[in-house]
Parts: sequence; structure tokens; C-alpha cells
Amino acid sequence: MADDAPPPQAATVSRWISILRIALPIAMLLLAVAAWWLIVWVKEIPPYIMPAPNLVARSLVNDWPTLYPALLVTVKITFTALALALIGGVALAIVISQSSWIELALYPYAVILQVTPIVAIAPLILIYAPSTQTALLICAFLVAFFPILSNMTQGLKSVDHNLLNLYELYGASRLQTLLLLKLPASQPYFLTGLRIGGGLALIAAVVAEFAAGTAGEGSGLAFRLLESQYRMNLPRLFAALIMLTGTGIAIFGLTSLISHLMLRRWHESAVTREN
Amino acid sequence: MTPIAPAGSTASQSTDISGSGFDEAEPASQRPVVCLQSISKVFSNGTLALQDMSLDVRQREFVSLLGPSGCGKSTALRIIAGLGAPTSGNVDWPQSGTDRKPQNAIGFVFQEPTLMPWATVFDNVRLPLRLAGQSKRQSRERVMEALESVGLEDFARAYPRELSGGMKMRVSIARALVPRPQLLLMDEPFAALDEITRFKLNNDILRLKEKYGWTVIFVTHSVFESVYLSSRIVVMAARPGRVIKEVTVDAPVARDESFRTSAQYAAYCRTTSEALHDAISASHRDMA
Repeated sequence: MADDAPPPQAATVSRWISILRIALPIAMLLLAVAAWWLIVWVKEIPPYIMPAPNLVARSLVNDWPTLYPALLVTVKITFTALALALIGGVALAIVISQSSWIELALYPYAVILQVTPIVAIAPLILIYAPSTQTALLICAFLVAFFPILSNMTQGLKSVDHNLLNLYELYGASRLQTLLLLKLPASQPYFLTGLRIGGGLALIAAVVAEFAAGTAGEGSGLAFRLLESQYRMNLPRLFAALIMLTGTGIAIFGLTSLISHLMLRRWHESAVTREN
Repeated sequence: MTPIAPAGSTASQSTDISGSGFDEAEPASQRPVVCLQSISKVFSNGTLALQDMSLDVRQREFVSLLGPSGCGKSTALRIIAGLGAPTSGNVDWPQSGTDRKPQNAIGFVFQEPTLMPWATVFDNVRLPLRLAGQSKRQSRERVMEALESVGLEDFARAYPRELSGGMKMRVSIARALVPRPQLLLMDEPFAALDEITRFKLNNDILRLKEKYGWTVIFVTHSVFESVYLSSRIVVMAARPGRVIKEVTVDAPVARDESFRTSAQYAAYCRTTSEALHDAISASHRDMA
């Protein structure tokens, strides 16, 4: 490692690059908000059609006591559904990978669940589930479950055949092969499933709530959104939308961080290319 | 002087050293480590990968299986390793007194390094001991010794992707030697490496073979490599895969770079090349 300290010029350039990395997206965001404000102001658009950013910000603060509990409800459904989908998806993938007969028997049902639009089965689930909360949870689970299952199944099947031979040669048990070889080897696939499933769980939680149309105490952000639309309270609608988007970004950031931490030492996708 | 063993067109047990059976009086160490008896292998698609192959490998022998692709040399190696059974014929382990391969008696080095990318070099080398139920503490000493013998003791905590191709292969070799195998099986281990790295690893293998008293079966498609390393070269033809000639390399076991430039080496390379040429034309004839 002779080039521990890069020449001063290169250091300046790389510092500018890291500043730009943060500054550029922020500048773009500010620009977009400014344009929004300008359009509303110049065209004198009334707030019940398109509120100015300052009204939305005020609503975000003033309506926080209403919106925050609703956000918690949605987040709770999303994460519970995601956790269940992770457990269920990984467990079923392991079972499926043990025998092609089991796969033949179970996989078609997983596919049927995946291809049937969730909005279409939500009414049925609402009828059969003991409570609306459970119904929402089931909907979000069903949507998040499949990407985790299919990625994990693919991962467990994609283990290097030579490594499988090696394990066989050294007399590894089925359990050893699963724990020391198949599960670690499927990490990248699992994490892809996690990232897709995380985003879909939130979307499904919102869509299911639209379908359910639950009102009153214990309702989620999606209902607050609908409610704001009925009442023409556009600033609050935008505020709720921003909170949903923020939640989605947070989930994406969290799953990407987990992915980075798990893969950074060894997987090509997480390692910086050095040329 | 001429090293070519009299080889029949079908029979392979043609040399004296791999002769017919052994006396009861013979000490166990003089018995072959492994005997292939008329092994045939038909793949599920109907390909006759190996036809009637017989081979005795004695203790401390270095046997190369040399031939064009499709001659069944890798198939033979996998059958010896117990990865897939022969369609007919037997694999015998005279020294173990049974027809079961002795536990942990075999080390296998694949063409690719075949390392687990998510595990450190240390954990990759430790794998055979871990699978045998040894704890990290119990196995530390042997893993480090194996890493030292391939010159990678400073890389125990590195990940495979941080290593060069040659270094990865060394890790693979260290992993094969850590259970202290009697028999080392190598399936074109250096085929993907550049020649300089390959020469270095050739010398490493010879040195380690002496140090640990290994018996080696080495699959290669390189005439030069097989002559440099082997005490015996089994030349095979394809379609169907079979043994057509054996070349005994009657040179000192301790070899170094000077052997590469010797007249003896050149002579063996020529003999072996001719044998390989016969094998290739035999393969083509059967294709027509």
C-alpha cells in the first residue's frame, strides 16, 4: 500500500465529489419545491386544488396529532407483515429446497396468490378475517411474501455445485449443508427479496386500507388520505402523502443498509470496484 | 531406459508396479492405496464416459491422468472420491481392509478454487475440520499450519475476493491438506492459472507431497505438467473414455526447476506427447 496518501489535488477533488453527492439531491429538491411554490403563486391556484408548500408544511405540523397515530398504525402493519413474510418465505423456501416433490405440490399456490391482484381478494379477506387489522395484515403479508419466497428459493438452488460436492466429500450432514453453505450462499437473494418485499408491504398496507375503508380510531394513514380528499383538505392530503413517501424511503434506506452491512465484505454488488 | 510400459489397447493393468494382486505377506503400506477394478460409467444421457478402467495407485505415487476433454479423467477422479458411483466395477481400498473409503482419507482440489466467498480464508480452510465437529479452538493450530505450508499465514483474515487467482488456489490446497489426507485428488487445479503461477504451484505440490507423504492422483491436459510432477502418467482417450497407455517417469522424486531443462524431461515430454497424440487420434477415429 504505497499510495496511502493520495496527492493533495486528488484529495481536493474527492472532497468536492463527496460534497456534491449530498448537495446535488438537496439542491434539486429545493428547486422542485420552489417551482411548485412559484406556479401556485403566479397562477393563483386555490389551496383546495393545489396548496402551496408552506400550507402543506403548516398542515404537517398542525395535523401531526391526527396524522402521527395513523402513521404508527400503517407502519406497524407494514413491519409486522414484512416480519411474517420473512419468516414464512424463508421457512417455505427451505422446505421447498429439500425436495422437488414438495416444490411441485406447494409452489403453484404461491404463484396463484402472487398473480391474483390484492385489491381483488381484499374484500374476501375482509369478510373472513376476525378484525379489519388482521385483514390488512394478511393483505400486506400476501404481497410481501412472494418476492421473498421466490428469491430465497432461487438462492437456495443456486449454490455452487463444486461447493456442494465438497460438502458431500467431507461427509456434511443435511443440517450442516443448510446452515454453513446454502443459507450463507443465498444472502444476496434473500436481501433482494427483503428490499422488494419491504417496499411492497407498505404499498399493500395502503391499498388494503383503501379497500377496507376503515374509519375512526385505529385507522391508518391511507384512511386519513381518503378522508382529506372527501373534505377537500388538500394540504392535509399532501402532508399524509409526504409522510407515506418518507416511510417508504425509510424502509428502502433501512433494507439497503442491512444489505450493505451483510454483503460489504464479500459480495461483488457491495464492494467498490478498484481499477 | 525407455519408460513406456507395455500397454494393451484395452487393458490398463499393464505395468509391473500396478501388477496383479498382492501377497498376504506384503506389509500393508506396500498395498495399493486405491484400486479401480473395471470401472465403467454411463451418464443418464447415454454417454459412455468411462469404459472398463482399471488402475492401482500405490502409496506415495504421483499418478497423472492425461487426455483430451471427454476422456473421463475427471469422471474417474470423482468416482474415486465417492462423488457418484460407477455404473459397473469396483473401487477398492486395500489399506483400509474394507471397500469403504476411509473417513477423511481424501483431499480434493477442484479446477476452480471453490471457496466460500462469505467466509474468511481461515474459515474456508477450517471447513473440513468444522464439518467433522471440531471447534474453532481445536482446529486453529492445524489450520494455521496448513496456511503456513502454502505461505498464506498472513492472509487468514482476508476474504477470497481480496486474493489473486494463485493465492485462492493455495487456499484451496491448504483446505485439502488440513484433514491430513492420505490421498490427494486434484482435478486440473492449475488449468486457469498463468504459467509462472502454475510453475510455482507445481513446485509447492511436490514439496508438500514430500513433506506429508501424500499419494496424489492428478488430472491434467498438460503434457509438461504431467511429466514434471508424476511418477506415472495414465494416458486416456475419449469416446468412450478409456486408458490407452501408461508412461512411467523414472526420474528422482525430488525435482526442481533444473528438471524442466534436462534432457530426461524433454525425452519424457516427447514420449508422453506421442502417447497423447495416439490417444487423440483414437478418440477421433471412434467419433467417425
